Amino acid sequence: MRDTVILLFGQTIQMFLVLLIAPGIAGITRRVKARFMRRQGAPIIQPYRDLIKLVRKESVVAQNASWLFRSAPYAILAFTWVAAALVPTFASGLMFNWAADALALVALLGAARALLALAGMDVGTSFGGIGSSREMMIATLAEPAMLLVLLTMALTAGTTRLPEVAEFLISAPITVRVSLALALVALIIVALAENARIPVDNPATHLELTMVHEAMVLEYSGRHLAMIEMAAQLKLVLYISLIVCLFLPFGMAPANAGPAAWPVGMAVYLVKLVLGAALLGAWEVSIAKMRVFRVGEFLGGAFVFAFLAILLAFVTREVLN
Amino acid sequence: MTGVDYSTAPQLAILLSGILLYAVAAVFAAMFHRHKSALAAVYPICIIAAAVTAGASLAALLADTHSGFRLPLGLPIIGLHVKLDALSAFFSLIVNLGVLTTAIYGMGLDRDRDLSGRVEPFFPAYALAMNLVLIAGDAFGFLFSWELMSLTSWVLVVSHHRDAGNRHAGHVYLVMAAIGTASLLFAFGGLAGASGNYAFDAIRAVPPGPLVSGLVLAGAIFGAGSKAGIAPLHAWLPLAHPAAPSHVSALMSGVMTKVAIYGLIRIVFDLLGTPVWWWALPFLLLGAATAVLGLLYAVLDHDLKRVLAYSTVENIGIIFVGLGMALAFRASGLTAAAAVAMAATLLHCLNHSWFKSLLFLGAGAVLHATGRRDFDGLGGLIHRMPVTAAFWLVGAMSISALPPFNGFVSEWLLFQAVLAGPQFPEPILRFMSPAVGAMLALAAALAAACFVRAFGIVYLGRPRSNEAAGAHETARPQQVAMALLAGLCLLGGLFGGVMVSAIQPLLQTLAGAPLPAVGTGPTPFSLVAFDAARSIYDAPTITIFLLISGTLTVMLVHRISSRRTRLGPAWDCGFPDPSPLTQYSASSFSQPLRRVYGSTVFGASETVDMPQPGDNRAARFTVRLHDYAWELLYAAPARAVLKMSERLNALQFLTIRTYLMLMFSALIVLLLIAAVWF
Repeated sequence: MRDTVILLFGQTIQMFLVLLIAPGIAGITRRVKARFMRRQGAPIIQPYRDLIKLVRKESVVAQNASWLFRSAPYAILAFTWVAAALVPTFASGLMFNWAADALALVALLGAARALLALAGMDVGTSFGGIGSSREMMIATLAEPAMLLVLLTMALTAGTTRLPEVAEFLISAPITVRVSLALALVALIIVALAENARIPVDNPATHLELTMVHEAMVLEYSGRHLAMIEMAAQLKLVLYISLIVCLFLPFGMAPANAGPAAWPVGMAVYLVKLVLGAALLGAWEVSIAKMRVFRVGEFLGGAFVFAFLAILLAFVTREVLN
Repeated sequence: MTGVDYSTAPQLAILLSGILLYAVAAVFAAMFHRHKSALAAVYPICIIAAAVTAGASLAALLADTHSGFRLPLGLPIIGLHVKLDALSAFFSLIVNLGVLTTAIYGMGLDRDRDLSGRVEPFFPAYALAMNLVLIAGDAFGFLFSWELMSLTSWVLVVSHHRDAGNRHAGHVYLVMAAIGTASLLFAFGGLAGASGNYAFDAIRAVPPGPLVSGLVLAGAIFGAGSKAGIAPLHAWLPLAHPAAPSHVSALMSGVMTKVAIYGLIRIVFDLLGTPVWWWALPFLLLGAATAVLGLLYAVLDHDLKRVLAYSTVENIGIIFVGLGMALAFRASGLTAAAAVAMAATLLHCLNHSWFKSLLFLGAGAVLHATGRRDFDGLGGLIHRMPVTAAFWLVGAMSISALPPFNGFVSEWLLFQAVLAGPQFPEPILRFMSPAVGAMLALAAALAAACFVRAFGIVYLGRPRSNEAAGAHETARPQQVAMALLAGLCLLGGLFGGVMVSAIQPLLQTLAGAPLPAVGTGPTPFSLVAFDAARSIYDAPTITIFLLISGTLTVMLVHRISSRRTRLGPAWDCGFPDPSPLTQYSASSFSQPLRRVYGSTVFGASETVDMPQPGDNRAARFTVRLHDYAWELLYAAPARAVLKMSERLNALQFLTIRTYLMLMFSALIVLLLIAAVWF
C-alpha cells in the first residue's frame, strides 16, 4: 500500500514536472539560438510569460469554426501530456509507466497530430489546409521511422516497455552497436521533423509558403493558442527525454531504488534536457531550412536508417529471450 | 477439430432459426415487392433475425461449440453437411452484427424515395447467403452458398442500373466472382483428392500431399483473396462496393470481405493439414504490398465511398499479414507467437467490420443529404450534420489505429507478433518480418493521412457546393445504427483484453496454443501479448489518464483565463477570400503525398499548360496517374479475350458440311489421345 502511494506520487511528480519545465526548455533553445546569432535574446522565462499572456487574452474564433476547433486544443494537450507523462524521465518503474508502451506512445502522439491537422482544416482557409497537408505528408514518413526505431530498441531489450528498455540499456555492457547508432540518427531526424524544427520547418517563421506547423495554428488565438503552444513545448521535452533516456540512460533512478534515488535522477535528467535543448539551438543556427519537397528525401533517409537498424537487430539477435 | 460430436447443440438450432427468418424476410419481400408498406417491414424482420443469429453465435463462440448434422439434400451420397464450430461462430458474429446495424440503418430509409423493391428482397437473401457459407460443412454447400452470396450482392450492386458506371461495376464484379469461384472449385477439388469426398471432416482426415497442397493454397488465395480484395486482384472492389446502396456497401466492404477471409482460414488453417513455413510467404508478400498500395490509392482518390473501398483493400492487406505471421509461427512451432498473430488477425476482422460499416453508413448519410459523394462537392458538414460528423470522427480515428479506439488494439497485437520474428528458424522469414513491420508502419501513418483528409474535406471547412450548404442531419434510426457501431469501436478499444480472452479456445484450435498470459496484467483489462513484463497495453488506464489530464487542463485554463471569446471573420493572414474554392481541396491536400509516393507507384506525371503572355485562354494543370493493376491484370486480359472471340467469330458462319467435318476430326483427335494415353 505504501509502495503504491509512493509510486503514484512519483507518477504525479513526473506529470507536473514535464509540464512545468516544457516552456523553460523552449526558452533555453531560443536563448542559445539568439546568442549564436550575436543577439541578446529573450530571457529563458519568456515562454512562461507568453503563455500567461495568451491565456489571459480573449480568444478570437472564426465565425464558421465548429466545436472541433474549440475543443481540439484541450484534446491535443491531453494526448501530448499523457504521452510525456509516460516516457521514462528521471526514474523508471513509476505507477503507470506500464500502461503505454512504445507503440502506444507513437499512437498517442499520432492522435494529437491528427486532431491538430483536423483543427487546421476546420475554418476552411488555404493556410490551414497547406499546413495540415504538409504535416500529414511529413507524418507519413516520420511516424513509420519512429516506430521502427522504437521497435529496434524493443528488439534489443526484448520488451516494448520503455522503462524496461532504459533499464536494460543501463545494465547492458557498453559496446558499439551499429543498429543502435543508426536508430539514434533516425530518431534525431524524426525528432527535428516532428517538432517543426529547422531544416524541416522553422518555428520562428511567418513567411507563408514555408510554414507547416505555424500555418495549421494560424487561426488560433488566446487560450486556445496557449494550449497548442504548450502541447508543442511538451512534445519537444518528450522527444529530448526519449533520446536522452534511451541512448544516454545513465543516472536514471532504477525501479527498485525507491524515492531516495529520485533527486539524483531528477538532477541528471534536468542537466541532460538542458544540454539537449542547447544542442538543438546550436544545430538550428548552423543549418538552413530546406524546401518542402526536399523534406521527403530527408525523412526518407530517416526511414531507411531506421529500417537498416531494425534489419541489423533482427539479423544479429537470433532468439528473443 | 477432430472428434466432432455430431449432436445438434441448442446454439446451432437457434442460429438456424435466425437464418430461416432471413429466408422468410427475403420471400416476403419478393412476394410483396410492389407494396411499400410491406417492404418497410423487411428491415425490422432482418433486425430480429440478426439479433437472434448474433446471440446464438456469441453463445457458441463462448461455449466453444462443435455441432452439426447431415441433411439428405445437395449432392447424392455426400448429402448436405451443416456444422458450427468456434471459427464459424466468430465469423457469424461479425456477419450478423453487421447485418443488425445496417438493417437498423435501413429502417431510417425514406419510404417513398428509397424503397424500390429492388433492394429489399435481396438484402435478407444476401445476409442468408453469407450465413450459409459459414455453416456449410462440405465443399458443395460452401461453394453453392458462396455463389449465392456473389449473385445476391451482384443484384444489389446493379440495383441502380440506369447509371452506366454501376452497370460497368456489376459486369466487372460478376466476371471476378465467377473466376474466383472457379478457382475455389479447383482448390476444393485438390482437397477432396481422388476419393472425391467433399465433406470437410473427410477432407480433414486425409490431408493432401505437398504438391497438391501448394496448388490448393494458390487456388484458395486467388479465389478467396480476389473476393476479399487482395492486390493486385482488388480492382473490382472500388468499383462494386460504392455502386451498391450505402448500407449494402457497408455489408460488402465490412462483412463480405470477412466471409472471404473465413474461407481462407477454413481451407488453410483447418483443411490443408500441418502448415509448412513457405505457405506464409505469399500471405506476407501480398499482404504487405496490399496494405500500402490500398492506402496510396485511397489517399489520391476523390470519391468518398471509393476511398472507403480502397481502405478496405488496405485492411485486408493487414489481415493477410496477420494470417501469414500466424502460419509462419505455427509452422515453426512457435505457438505462443502464432496465437498473438492469430488474435491480431481475428480482432482486426471484427474491428474492421465495425469501423468500416460505420464509415460507410456515415458516407451513406452524406450521400443521402447532399446527393454527392465527390470530395469537390462536399465540405462543412460538421455544422449541418453534427451527429454524423461526430460518429464519423470516431470511425476515422478507429481506422487510423489511434487510441483509445479499437483499430489500435489489433495493430498493437500485430506489431507484437512481428517483434517475435527473430525466433524464426528460416532466414527468409527472419528477413521478411522487419520488412513487413516497416510496411505496416508505413500503412498506419498513411491511414491517418488518408482519414484526416477524408474527414477534413467532407466535414470541415466551408461547403463546396449548394447541396452541401443545404444538407440536413440524417434520420434517427440511421443515427442509432452509427451510434451502436461507434460504441462498439470504443468498447472494443477499451476492452481488447476481455475480447482476446473470449476467443482463447478458437486460438487454441487455429494457432495450436492460446495466448500465454491473458489476465496477468496489473488490471483486469490489460491486454498482454507475451507476458506482462514485456508487452502490455492498458487502454482503460490510458483513457482515465487522458480524461484526468484533459479535465485538469480545462479547469486550470478556465480558472486563470479570461474566458472571453469573440467571434470574427477568419483571419487567413489578413486576406480571407469568401469563395469556398480558395480552400484546400482534396487534390491539393494529397499533392505532397503524390509527389513523394505517386511517381514510382502510379507513374504520376504533371503537365502545366501555361499560355503565352497576351494569350487569354485559361492555364491548365493536368495530373495523370496509371493504375497498373487495372491496366495489366484487368484491361489487358479483357482485350485479349475480345480479340480471340473476334477471331473465333468466323466459326459461327460455316456450312453444315464443315461443322460435320470439324466434329468428326475432333472425335478422331480425342480417340487418338485416349489411345496414346492409356
